[in-house]
Order: sequence, then structure tokens, then C-alpha cells
Amino acid sequence: MEALKDWFIFVQDNQDGIIEETLTHARMTLIVVVLASVFAVSLGIAIQRNPVARPLVLSAAAVFLTIPSLAFFALFVPITGTGNLPAMCALFLYALLPIIRNTVTGLDAVSPAVVESAKGMGLNARQQLIKVRLPLAWPVIMTGIRVATLLTVSIAAIAPLVGGNGLGNFVKAGLTRNGFDGASDAVWVGVVFTILLGLVLDALLGLVQRFTTPRGLRT
Amino acid sequence: MNSEAKKTPKIHLDKVGKTYPGTKIPAVEDLTLDIEEGEILVLVGPSGCGKSTTLRLINRMIEPSNGRILLDGEDVTKVNPDKLRRRIGYVIQQIGLFPHLTISDNIATVPKMLGWDKEKVKARTEELLATVGLDPDQYRDRFPKELSGGQAQRVGVARALGADPDIMLMDEPFGAIDPITRDRLQNEFLRLQSELKKTIVFVTHDIDEAIKMGDRIAILGERSTIHQIDSPERILARPIDDFVNDFIGTGSTIKGLNFLKVDSVTFTGYPYISVQDSPETGRAKLAASGYDWLILVDEDQSPIRWLQAKDLDGGQSTYTTAGEAVGEEWLRSESSLFEALELMVQSAAGLTVVVDANGDFQGVVSMGDLNKAIRRAQREAQRHYEDLEANL
Repeated sequence: MEALKDWFIFVQDNQDGIIEETLTHARMTLIVVVLASVFAVSLGIAIQRNPVARPLVLSAAAVFLTIPSLAFFALFVPITGTGNLPAMCALFLYALLPIIRNTVTGLDAVSPAVVESAKGMGLNARQQLIKVRLPLAWPVIMTGIRVATLLTVSIAAIAPLVGGNGLGNFVKAGLTRNGFDGASDAVWVGVVFTILLGLVLDALLGLVQRFTTPRGLRT
Repeated sequence: MNSEAKKTPKIHLDKVGKTYPGTKIPAVEDLTLDIEEGEILVLVGPSGCGKSTTLRLINRMIEPSNGRILLDGEDVTKVNPDKLRRRIGYVIQQIGLFPHLTISDNIATVPKMLGWDKEKVKARTEELLATVGLDPDQYRDRFPKELSGGQAQRVGVARALGADPDIMLMDEPFGAIDPITRDRLQNEFLRLQSELKKTIVFVTHDIDEAIKMGDRIAILGERSTIHQIDSPERILARPIDDFVNDFIGTGSTIKGLNFLKVDSVTFTGYPYISVQDSPETGRAKLAASGYDWLILVDEDQSPIRWLQAKDLDGGQSTYTTAGEAVGEEWLRSESSLFEALELMVQSAAGLTVVVDANGDFQGVVSMGDLNKAIRRAQREAQRHYEDLEANL
């Protein structure tokens, strides 16, 4: 009980810092997710029906996700220098897999009969994509974007290790002062606010998903 | 060239073939076929015969490997396929409604693509919903998932009719629908077609559906080769070869009765008495005719009972309970001989009663009449094919 009370006092004392780091963390996540979504959805559309490119791209994206995060962040430092940028580059590549995979899966799941009738009515390939296939695959694609967002929020906490900012700063601060007064309080700030940020962003995207899903597809 | 001798067919396939890459045997081999304006041509054949492929060659969902396709005499083999398809209605068994769009937006798809203005599109979708028997107020804003299979295919037909195409291609449109609903949709579609007069190519594997829907039927064998193409009556009366005979199956003669009308065979001299007539009159008529049964008609001249000589013994007061009831179902002159047979096998006298438009007794149809009608149809079909051969 006492520890919890101390933690709340710590949070109160560091209010400004927490707000600032949360906003930085959120900004980093959103930029990465938006860019990754645009890129991954386009790529997913491009490769979905290509028997050669499809497995290659999906495997490459899967490889990115298996590289240990810390190492992956560090790999970009020689190219981009330190700061948020190397972190965002790595996060961008991490975010690709769930979105590409869900784009491909979502498009695969569109009923062949629906595509057949669209084609039979004289919709050209572009119209079939924009008017029929994408709207039908959209709920699955959005799910992929939400997974990518949670993934990015969580892994972005490592950014301070390559000179970046965000809620990871509290974790890092706690680690470096290990054993000293308030060390674990700082780590818990990092953990709790990362979780809260993740939940808030996911809820927001949930609303976006709801309002962008065609009414006939809502359950 | 004599323009009166031969009208340009609505659809002309000129040695159209399809061989899929990597195969040697063509799926469709050099098919030449004319489809006349306003007719329903049914392509029927066993599965794998290439009938669906043939249909899909017409709107180039499958690009032909060779040959030409002409619509109204215009070669469309090389035109933009998307533009071509907007001129042709297309209905498939799986329907393929767009689940994310409302019923009215589904129907409006092609009109919108063609750039019709909003008011015209709206008026058209309302009209089409009513045409296919769905109340616009109730259905326009619904989504496909809220429809039954039968309702969904009504919308599928309405959507295909969207921009009022002259030509409709239908690939087993009622194949996935339960038999009762299918029968109703078939009937409604035929009624619709009698007003719309579209040129329709209709694919099915069900010979009974083909007989029912087709103005003409093409019976296809392997590689979509035509074994026989003709009216259902003539195909039933004279299957051209064993393949057609096997495909039509047993009972083809009986199915042929569907196309023969009662008025051509009704015997009008059959003896009858009215409820006011005396037993003596009845006996005299029976004796004179040589038949065993007599028809009893009521004051309105409607047939009510079959009477034998012994049934007259009780006098006029017992007429209405003596003998056998005629039954509630009467044939009219436009009824088919199939219906006549159906009633005949249930009738006491082995005869079917025919009434006129007012319900007045007109005459009877006997088994012998059916036999004669069938043999006449077969002779006519035979003569038709002999004439064809003679003119070759």
C-alpha cells in the first residue's frame, strides 16, 4: 500500500516529464504506424496475387520481426545517427508484417463470386479494387494496423537506448539508478504509461475501424 | 445479299474456341452458334462439357483463343472488355452481391458507372426492385446478408438488368435455390421475359429446367460441341442421337406432353346429361354412345359427376350422390396434355374433363387422344428433320 502511495507521489512530482514523454512516445508511434500502413497496404495489394513476390515479401517482413529489437535499433545508428530516427526506422520495419499479412489475408478472403460479379458487370481492375475488394478486406486490414500499433507502442520504449526519447526514458532512468530510492517507481511509470498509451491508441483505432467499416459488414 | 432472308442474329459465335494454356484438348472447340433477338437459348449438358466456359466467352470473362464474337453484327472480340460487359447483364449461381452495399446501391452499380444522373439512377433502382417482386420501401436500404437465397437472386437479376442491357447471360442462376423457390423464380422470370424480351443465354445442367426455360435448347457434349439445337418440343419428340436421348432421360415423351395443348385433342361429342334430365334420357345417351360413363352437369353446365347406367336407377334426386365425383380440377383448352394425363390417371372413367372459359362442360380427353397427339408431334419433328436434311 505504502509503495503504491509513494508511486503516486512520484507520478505527481514528475507530471510534466511524464506528459512530455508520453506525447513524444505517441507521436513517434503514430508517425511510424501511418507511414507503415500506407506502405504495407500498398505492398500487400501489389503482391497479393503474385505467386513469386508474395512469399518473398511475407518472409522478409517476418524476418524483420524476429531480429532482436535492441540489435535492430542499433543497426540503424551508423546510417541515421542517434536519436528518435534509428528507432523509428526499426519500428517501421517491425510494423510492416502484421499489416502486409492482414492486407493479403483480407483480400484473399473476399468471395470469388463477388469479384466475379464485379468483373462481369464491367468494373475494371482498379474499380474492382477500390469499390469492392478493399472495402471488403478493410476490417481485416484495420485489425492488422491495430496489432502493429500495439507492437510499436511497446517496442518504442527501447528508443532511449539509441539516444531517442519517449516513455522508455523512465525505464532507462530506473535501470541506471538500480537500487537507489525511487528507481523502481520510474520503471513502473514507463511500464504503466506505455500500457495506458497502448490502450488509448487501440481504443481510438477501434473507433476509426468502426466508422470506416461499411455498415453492411458490421456485426 | 438478301436482307429479308436472314435477320442478323443478336449474338453470333463464329468458330469460337478456347484452349487453356498448358492443355492440348480445347475446352470449347470451334463453336458456331446464332442467338436470335428476344429468345432464351439454354445451353445444357453434363458437367465439364464446357457450357459455362461457352457462356463466359460471350462477355469475354474468358478470352477466346480463336474465332469471333459478334453482337448485332459488330465484332466485339477486340473491344475493351469492361465496356463490353457493361452492355451485357450477367447473373451467376453464387449471385455475388456486394455485401458492403445496400440493395439499391448494388442494383445501381452499372447505371452509376455509366454516369447516369442521380434521379434517373434512383428511379431505375426503385423500378427494378418492383419488377423483381421486392417492395422498394422494405428492401432498398437493406444489406445482402439480410436476404434469403431467393430474395438475393431476385436482387442479382435486378442488378443485371440495371442499365437495361439487351443481352443477359445467366449461369445456373437458380441452381443453388430450394426447389419450391426455384420453381417460383423460374415462373416469375418467364413472365418478366415475356415483357422485357431480352436476348438470354441460360446455362443449366438440369434438362427439366432447360425444357421449362428455353425457347430453344442446345444440348452440348464434350468440348461444347452441339449435339442438337432446337425447340424443347422437337428435341423431346425426336432426340437426334443416343447422347441426347440419354441426356433427356426416361420420361421424355411424357415431358413432351407439356408442350401439347388440350384444345387440339378434345373430343366434344361425349355424352352428358343435366341434373334435370330423366334417367331414360341418360340411358338412351349411354346406349347410343357406347361408353360406360356419362357426365352429369349442374344448372350452370359445370361437370360434377361421372355416372354409369346403374347410377341412374335411383332417379334424378340421387344423381348428385351417385357415381364418382369429377373433382375440383378441370382442364381448359389452354391446359397442357401433361396436366390432362395427371388428372386422367386419377379419374374414375380414365378420361379427363375439359371445360370452356366459363366453366361449361366441353368434352373429354382420353388416353388414346394423348397417344395420337404424341405420335403426331413425333411425326412432325421427324418431317422437320427430313426437310432440313433434304435442303442441305
